[in-house]
Amino acid sequence: MIPELGQIALILALCVALVMGVLPLIGAHQGNAALMMVARPAARCLFGFVMLAFMCLTYSFIVNDFSVLYVASHSNTALPLYYRITAVWGSHEGSLLLWALLLSGWILAVSFSFRLPETFVARVLAVLGLVSTGFLAFVLFTSNPFERLLPAPLEGQDLNPLLQDPGMIIHPPMLYMGYVGFSVAFAFAIAALLSGRLDAAWARWSRPWTLAAWAFLTVGITLGSGWAYHVLGWGGWWFWDPVENASFMPWLVGTALIHSLSVTEKRGAFRSWTVLLAIGAFSLSLLGTFLVRSGVLTSVHAFAVDPRRGVFILALLVFVIGGSLLLFAWRAAKLSGGGSFDVISRDTALLTNNMLLAVVAASVLLGTLYPLALDALNLGKISVGPPYFEAIFVPLMTPVVVLMAAAPFLRWKGHPLPPFLRKVLPGLVASLIVGSLVAWAMGALSWRSALGLALAFWVLIASAMLLRERLAERPSTSYFTRLRGIPLAWWGMWFAHLGIGFFIIGVTMVKSLEASADVKMQVGETTTMAGYSFVLRSVEDVHGPNYTASRARVELKRDGIPISTLYPEKRIYTADQTPTTNASIDTGLFRDVYVSLGDPVANDGWIVRLYYKPFVSWIWFGSMMMAFGGMLAAMDKRYRRLAERHAAKAAAAVAAA
Amino acid sequence: MRVEAFKHGLLMLLMTIALSSHAATQPGDAALDAQVIRITSNLRCLVCQNQSIAESTADLANDLRRQVREQLQAGKTDKEIVDFMVTRYGDFVLYDPPLKAITLLLWMGPFALMVLAIGSFAWTSQQRKKQPSARLNDTDRARAKELLNTHDDASEVHS
Amino acid sequence: MKAKALVPLALFLVLVAFLAIGLTRDPHEVPSPLIDKPAPDFKLTQLQAPDKSLALKDMKGQVWLLNVWASWCVACREEHSVLLDLAQRKLLPVIGLNYKDQREDGLAWLKASGNPYTISIADSDGRVGIDYGVYGVPESFLIDRTGRIRYKQIGPVTEKVLNEVLIPKIQELQHAS
Repeated sequence: MIPELGQIALILALCVALVMGVLPLIGAHQGNAALMMVARPAARCLFGFVMLAFMCLTYSFIVNDFSVLYVASHSNTALPLYYRITAVWGSHEGSLLLWALLLSGWILAVSFSFRLPETFVARVLAVLGLVSTGFLAFVLFTSNPFERLLPAPLEGQDLNPLLQDPGMIIHPPMLYMGYVGFSVAFAFAIAALLSGRLDAAWARWSRPWTLAAWAFLTVGITLGSGWAYHVLGWGGWWFWDPVENASFMPWLVGTALIHSLSVTEKRGAFRSWTVLLAIGAFSLSLLGTFLVRSGVLTSVHAFAVDPRRGVFILALLVFVIGGSLLLFAWRAAKLSGGGSFDVISRDTALLTNNMLLAVVAASVLLGTLYPLALDALNLGKISVGPPYFEAIFVPLMTPVVVLMAAAPFLRWKGHPLPPFLRKVLPGLVASLIVGSLVAWAMGALSWRSALGLALAFWVLIASAMLLRERLAERPSTSYFTRLRGIPLAWWGMWFAHLGIGFFIIGVTMVKSLEASADVKMQVGETTTMAGYSFVLRSVEDVHGPNYTASRARVELKRDGIPISTLYPEKRIYTADQTPTTNASIDTGLFRDVYVSLGDPVANDGWIVRLYYKPFVSWIWFGSMMMAFGGMLAAMDKRYRRLAERHAAKAAAAVAAA
Repeated sequence: MRVEAFKHGLLMLLMTIALSSHAATQPGDAALDAQVIRITSNLRCLVCQNQSIAESTADLANDLRRQVREQLQAGKTDKEIVDFMVTRYGDFVLYDPPLKAITLLLWMGPFALMVLAIGSFAWTSQQRKKQPSARLNDTDRARAKELLNTHDDASEVHS
Repeated sequence: MKAKALVPLALFLVLVAFLAIGLTRDPHEVPSPLIDKPAPDFKLTQLQAPDKSLALKDMKGQVWLLNVWASWCVACREEHSVLLDLAQRKLLPVIGLNYKDQREDGLAWLKASGNPYTISIADSDGRVGIDYGVYGVPESFLIDRTGRIRYKQIGPVTEKVLNEVLIPKIQELQHAS
């Protein structure tokens, strides 16, 4: 009964989405208020129905209803309750439903935005309604999670063991919040294109939504990277895998977008570029969905494949992206103009970085799809992996980071060069010196480590200088008042940039100082690496709720003093007999020591993988700081106040007319 | 490629530094380990496909690691070992695609894009400086002309 | 509408074309660089007669099929009946490369399900397999009179592959002098 209820709720949701996608659009076009009024209640209905469907599926998992094919294929009675709940989005069908749910959540939030003009809201909700229609149709026609399996099996299969990890509980929802969140920025851009009015107000309205989506995406990517580090057992945190690239491309374009929006808001400039980025960020999110779910690329993360799905998403891509780019081409002529500015100005700095970020995103896209394109042209099969992406990424991102930290010192429109140089040059030189010195002191002086550390120190030094300059603005008041007087958007920028500094420290340190060893160890034997000694004390069999495991006890010592005991496991999940490695990590502020258990060898011996990862946690700390910055900026009251004022003005104008 | 040679040199240097303390305790073996890891981490495993041969636990990856180790012991150079893999599995095993005619666009693309982006940005800014604003009707244009004669900042009127 | 504004759309459509073609391809299949190249040399002991061996040069002058198989290989069972069928037609010698297998297991498997091979050779440590670029079992190599690899089947030889690809190629190679 419950699965059927979910099924009906989904069908109703599709109908509501279609109504929401069509009527308000007509209403906005004809100036028909009654039709436009449909949008808000429809948005709430949509959320209600999708939520109901999602709850029904969750319920089926909780009560182990194996007559539902999706439940039977991805869960069993031995699976702990919390993993039964997260198993809902553990595979293709359910994760798509989660996607639809989060999309309707964003739509719900937009429907409570009363500060925007009614026509505009109607258009935004209609665009979002059309996107929802596409996704709900995709769920219903190609990936129905409620499909029955009769007669029901007594026991289900298992959730992919790699996904039975706490990181997996929140990683997909966060990532999807980001992907889907860009649909709001996208809808704002399309609504503005439809109305032909792309002005500073549009940019201001878009900013908090875009920032929030960007922050979620940042958290999602960070969690995904942390999950790979913990679960895959290779000690890596970023593999330039197609699926990772699929999430990284929208992030890059989204980063460009939040900066470009600020230029458009403050200066009215580069509007067509901003619109293109708004379309691009969401398009790349959709493209990522296609790459992950169609099976065109192989990846460690890819979902099971059904060619029908690929065709459906491709059609969806053509409709959404093709349609919006066509609209863009049609309206582009209206988008030129905006204030002029000098070569040395914040405008130039921001837009240069924008360009570079877009180039990086395009390069990642090129590298990800190049093998596919060659194969399609019958030119052979090649692989494009980390060496390529690193060779491209580092030289392109270096100027971005240098400019990023310098740009806040520049004024909009134009800035005299000598005082600017006087301000930033000492900091730049200092960071080069400090960076090289630190690299040398750590015993890893190389071109790359010195550059990385110099960049990181430049970000830290510039952030400190920037805060000092900001606090010097109102010298008569107390520090506390001055700190409080700084708007949240500024703090957001400050924290996000600082986070990049920490991130670079982490990456540089890991890349230049990490050590690893693949050793055969007998029980009782000791191995040393990077100043640590590892004693394999024992290997025992343990039984989990749905797996059996060999668990090693490894004593970690430094200078003969025990530091901690690590318990790496090699698990075999009973349902499908897949082996997984569960690494055990001694996490520290300045280093991780990472042990993972490989295969047994003769005479009580085991292959053990040991890694020493200096500063690795700074990578995630820095990324979370970026996300925190994004959230702070999204909460800035200024956007709301200005939007309110604008709406009041518009209302007054309507009343006067 | 020069970048390539440089990168390899750099990596070797880093590895030697990072493992120097380690190498002291287990002479020979650890250095060989590091060399095996360095070479195999840029080779793609064919069975699992999205792991490097260094990372993969697949049986074939194991055998290939052994191959690399034996060839290193036999004194083969990196290039010889990589060529050994390519003759058997094709360019597919290389995570670092070699520069040849079909990968020209791949390697040049990003930098060509950058030049294109900077160029078009510079060009647009130039255009923007010349033109006050694109959205003008006739009366606007007349007014702008008037203002242009008196003000430098005519574009601000419409922004 | 300005022409410049159509650039993003045009680029997107090119991308769609590639993605559409990509949908029809299998990304797991890696073509062998050994096609039309001389088959790698080998000399291995025979599975059934461990005192005898077989080398590449013993096969010179005839068109033959090298089939990589193992008793632990599940997909090999799928092609087994097709191989038995091929063996019955006596078109060409079919040499089995028993890849990374225990001798007893291999023999037991042949005894239980029939032996399609003219001779099977034992590649217990998988070195010859590596030389031939084997990455998934079963794989089959069609080798011509001069000892060049002319075709490689990755995955099971199905009835369709046998009749539509292999047999025409075998006949073509045998007729060529």
